[in-house]
Amino acid sequence: MIWSTLTRWYHQLGSPRYFYRFSDVVLPWLWPLALLVTATGLIWGLAFAPEDYQQGNSYRIIFIHVPAASGALLGYVAMGVAGLVNLVWRMKMAEVMIKAIAPFGALLAAIALITGAIWGKPTWGTYWEWDARLTSMLILFFLYLGVMALINAIPDPRQAGRAAGLLSLVGVINVVIVKYSVEWWHSLHQGSTLKLVGKSSMPPEMLTPLLISMLGIYLLFAVSVLWRARAELLWRERKSAWVKELH
Amino acid sequence: MYFESFSAFLQMGTHGVYVWSAYGISALLIVGNLWLAYRGEQKVREELRRLARREQSGQ
Amino acid sequence: MSFSATLSRELLLAWRRPAEIINPLFFFVMVVALFPLGVSPRPELLATLAPGVVWVAALLAVLLSVDGLFRADHECGALEQLLTAPQSLYIPVLAKLVAHWILTGLPLVLMAPLLGYMLHLSEPAIAVLFVAVLLGTPTLIALGAIGAALTVSLRSGGILLSLLVLPLYVPVLVFGAGVVTYAANGLPVSGVLALLAAMMLASFVLAPAAVAAGLRISSGN
Repeated sequence: MIWSTLTRWYHQLGSPRYFYRFSDVVLPWLWPLALLVTATGLIWGLAFAPEDYQQGNSYRIIFIHVPAASGALLGYVAMGVAGLVNLVWRMKMAEVMIKAIAPFGALLAAIALITGAIWGKPTWGTYWEWDARLTSMLILFFLYLGVMALINAIPDPRQAGRAAGLLSLVGVINVVIVKYSVEWWHSLHQGSTLKLVGKSSMPPEMLTPLLISMLGIYLLFAVSVLWRARAELLWRERKSAWVKELH
Repeated sequence: MYFESFSAFLQMGTHGVYVWSAYGISALLIVGNLWLAYRGEQKVREELRRLARREQSGQ
Repeated sequence: MSFSATLSRELLLAWRRPAEIINPLFFFVMVVALFPLGVSPRPELLATLAPGVVWVAALLAVLLSVDGLFRADHECGALEQLLTAPQSLYIPVLAKLVAHWILTGLPLVLMAPLLGYMLHLSEPAIAVLFVAVLLGTPTLIALGAIGAALTVSLRSGGILLSLLVLPLYVPVLVFGAGVVTYAANGLPVSGVLALLAAMMLASFVLAPAAVAAGLRISSGN
């Protein structure tokens, strides 16, 4: 039952025309909702969550840093999955999605790096520390840059999407090993011991705003992907009947 | 509100500069990126409308 | 084409143009030689830097050599023929990778101990460096070949290839250089070497499929 519903969605959203209509219905309320949820989470974290007893107020950067970092990772995994779908089933929508995900994902990786660096100054006394998490994020950012560079270099939009999909699929397999290797490397060289995001469990009055801003960033990600996918779809399908009917 | 006054909120102990710059840069980048995505879609639609008009007048 | 036919063809072609084997090797030696000149000739400093320097130079040398892996075949149309043939691309691609490792990887492996000695690595560390480069270069070639397949039809080749592939090289660099540092400090190395071997096997089993897919994408079918 659930499976058949899922496969039906898969096939419907795989059709450019259906996807366009779907985004037409969803976008008008999704983007205000995404902004609202993000603003709620961030303001809650900035103004209402209690201070951290160890790091003071600088820890409030967590409410943007962690959602950005997790969004960047999630986006890359999504590109890899789309790459696999495209490789196996040659689904056109997957090509469009890969190209639509890359810019915002790369941006989130950059934001995670920038906020991590700013957070590092009061915590470590320096903007850049070769901390395991920040280093992994830097590599993820490089992986995104590679995908974007490949997309930009290939003039044919279909080929660009497929190539980027294959690259991100290889990259996703690599990300796991990168993460593990960087942690090993860090322990080998005995870097700073104080982590920005500790392992200690968070009290609920900090965790709640963190989860809300995380949801908000994911929703904003979805909005950016929908807008970019629509642009690409319209242009690709400009000669088909359903696009011509639009105006 | 966790802070006692608005100025305390802005100062955040001694960490105000860091917290606010991190949030400011992030907000700017995210809003800018979303705006570009939105404009990109609008531009394609304008272009398609232009192409359609040209096609009609050509007939 | 069968595995052995492709392999012998590749080796024969390279035999006729030996510069393509020797140039990456010279590049490797020169890059390593720049570091004492740029940093300092102090033995203890060089010994600390040596694992990273040798590995970075090796992966750059592999990267530059792998760029041309499919270019000649693409330009003369041999690749197109291979793509339209009914057999799977997996075996010929695997043979190409093996041939490329014999031609460019193996010389780097043989040169690495000498460079390690010149950078004042201790003897056990040199031995581990040799094994690590032996196990690591096939992975570098396999990953680089995926990038080469995706960029074969593009004019902007070289630098774009580095952007795609260098982030993928991080684990090999980390474990490869780390294990030499381990050896220099007298720590056990077999676990990390096993990991490098596992990465080599996995990349050689999986990469030909990815390379084949990449070549199909690049040729537009």
